[in-house]
Amino acid sequence: MDSALALHRFHFAFTVTYHYIFPQLTMGLALLIVILKTMALRTGEEHFNRSARFWGKIFGISFAMGVVTGIPMEFQFGTNWAAFSKAAGGVIGQTLAMEGVFSFFLESAFLGLFLFGEKRLGPKGHWWSAFLVFLGSWLSGFFIIATNAWMQHPTGYRLGPGGEILLDSFWGLLLNRWVFWQYMHNMTGSVVTASFVMASIGAFYLLNGTHGNYGRTFVRLGVIAGAIASVLMAVPTGDGQGRNIARYQPVTLAAMEGLFRTQEGAPVVLVGQPDMVQRRLDNPVEIPRLLSFLTYQRWMADVKGLDSFPEDLWPDNIPLLYYSYHIMVGLGTIFIAVMLVSAWKLWKGTLYASRRWLWVILLMLPFPFIANTAGWITAEVGRQPWVIYGLMRTSQGASMNVSAGNTLFTLIGFMGMYALLSILFLFLVRREIEHGPEPLATPEPEMAVKR
Amino acid sequence: METLWFLIVAVMIAAYVLLDGFDLGAGIVHFCAGRTDSEKRQILRSIGPVWDGNEVWLLAAGGTLYFAFPGLYASSFSGFYLPLMIVLWLLILRGISIEFRNHVDNPVWKPFWDGGFTLASALLAVFFGAALGNVVRGVPLDASGYFFLPLWTHFGVQGDVGILDWYTVLVGLLAFLTLTMHGALWVTLKTTGELPARTRRVAGFAWTGVLILTGLVTFFTLRIQPQVWNNLTTRPWGFVFPAIAVAGLLGVLRYSHQGRETDAFLASCAYILGMLTSAAFGVYPYVLPSNTNPQLGLTIYSTAAAPYGLKIGLAWWIPGMVLALGYFVFIYRHFAGKVSLEEEGY
Repeated sequence: MDSALALHRFHFAFTVTYHYIFPQLTMGLALLIVILKTMALRTGEEHFNRSARFWGKIFGISFAMGVVTGIPMEFQFGTNWAAFSKAAGGVIGQTLAMEGVFSFFLESAFLGLFLFGEKRLGPKGHWWSAFLVFLGSWLSGFFIIATNAWMQHPTGYRLGPGGEILLDSFWGLLLNRWVFWQYMHNMTGSVVTASFVMASIGAFYLLNGTHGNYGRTFVRLGVIAGAIASVLMAVPTGDGQGRNIARYQPVTLAAMEGLFRTQEGAPVVLVGQPDMVQRRLDNPVEIPRLLSFLTYQRWMADVKGLDSFPEDLWPDNIPLLYYSYHIMVGLGTIFIAVMLVSAWKLWKGTLYASRRWLWVILLMLPFPFIANTAGWITAEVGRQPWVIYGLMRTSQGASMNVSAGNTLFTLIGFMGMYALLSILFLFLVRREIEHGPEPLATPEPEMAVKR
Repeated sequence: METLWFLIVAVMIAAYVLLDGFDLGAGIVHFCAGRTDSEKRQILRSIGPVWDGNEVWLLAAGGTLYFAFPGLYASSFSGFYLPLMIVLWLLILRGISIEFRNHVDNPVWKPFWDGGFTLASALLAVFFGAALGNVVRGVPLDASGYFFLPLWTHFGVQGDVGILDWYTVLVGLLAFLTLTMHGALWVTLKTTGELPARTRRVAGFAWTGVLILTGLVTFFTLRIQPQVWNNLTTRPWGFVFPAIAVAGLLGVLRYSHQGRETDAFLASCAYILGMLTSAAFGVYPYVLPSNTNPQLGLTIYSTAAAPYGLKIGLAWWIPGMVLALGYFVFIYRHFAGKVSLEEEGY
């Protein structure tokens, strides 16, 4: 492969993968903070306000990381993907500009108020600032997904006389069929991350025996939200997303599943290693006929394998696509199991005392990040060899006036910078977690009665 | 329609420079005027709740440029590859320096981020100025509308130029001094104690430098980019833009002496606005002139998106901006007046 092109691809992949560690946490946390603020308003208990303030601190640090690593993303369309930008800017520039105008202004303005203005705003005003930060971050997610959905399944455009891509229908762009399930799937994924993080830190406090009632509150909210979100991840959002892929990117589906041959009653592969030389899956462990059923609701349905498509339409890194997809689905299944058991124990009232299970919850911390990242790798590697599916190949999109040497220079720069940012982030978040929410100086009357 | 979007993008970039300009200036002032920790915190608090929103203007302007003039976005962002990446790194350093400084109360931690804040702010000011200098001077565009510039070559303005030559560095210095003045006036306006007396002095020094460099830069601009004088003579009403700049600069001096802090800051805004609009007016209808063959320069017409997209863009841009301005009015009112350190954020 052309080395400049490979570097441009890796440059974007690296910076966007790193960036998305933070928004997946903040978008989900924004929702959980709104829930905490709502509980504070409803019950009048200061406990929930302090919980919200504690998560506000974690949110603030993560949000700052998301902002500083997010700005390079918008610039890199132009710096590293000039040919793509020139051709498609008139279409996807719309959604990216709308993100700036509609969500970033909202988010940044009210985050300032949320972090700096609690006393002056009063409880209701502060609730509104939290809500508007939530709204802004979820809108931002929508515009980014709309942009990505157009690249996955371009709609609402026509080709000009010189082959340029012209926007033809604004609503066709925003209400693309691909957007709905991708957006739902992605946002649910961010709730999974945030609720696992919240439950995990709550479990840490309970195991440590520190920070009083906060551990219970965090575990309770984390488990309830996490159980709902984990289930929604599979059905209906994951299922809907899968059907879109089956319908519009069948070759991607075949590659994701490691299905080399077209067959009736195609199996779902649990484990196995794609061998691209022999064109087969090594050491397969399969559930027969399940893929046919999941895709077409018929056990003996015919599912197209890679051999049904010309090779120049195959995604160019099938093993990576296959593994990232299987990691996502495998982890997602584990999440459902862990969260349903936790919810059951919570309902029975044994969760807070069950040290072994609290350990399980604690150790789940990194996995939602891995699952979300694997999901995005599936989406992006699955779109290859196209940058705009069926319209423009990735190899035609890069900035050919920027040499491999310059790209490598900035790639190394970003790697160094992000390594430092990671250390800094972990250091600051660890401090906040150790410090914990402010303890209640005197237990409030109703709390004392409850005990 | 293309001209309208040219104006819109220009206004958004100007809003970014005016607003984030005082954040950058505060970063520079932070080093030369903030002595005690409480003074440094006052400076940070004066921009704390707003800097992020101010920076959004850069993103919103970039996004708008992207969809309204995709050809310009693609060509300029890839051609200015290295300086843009350096700007991104500096924006990262600036952002985390502001956000993370007050998380740890430690005599090693805080000065480290103070240094990062000032260094990043100062270099950003120079780079933004140099970028404007490049746009005015022109770049070696090829027939397909692309170019690539190294950071520097021989520092001359003729032939094989780099991003940094003596002219663009001069514009960078002017930007640095201008934002120092702008930020110093902002901090004067927002703080109490001994600090404002010191920042007023900083603004005074910077003002003298701005005056001298404005003269020099104007002189050289007219020699390097003949389009500017052409535009001024064919449309003499355009002289109103440099006039605004001059009036703003004089206003800064006058209001500072009278102790009218708000007016002095607004006059500084007028100066910056006058300079930016003069530059935009001077190169119009080019958005990226060529320094080798004027025929190859990118104009608003050759780089704009199709009419349908531009029309539909207006339909959401106007309500979107009304909302955004609403937030800004609300938040600046909320944090109006001198900062108080009693109510700490988190």
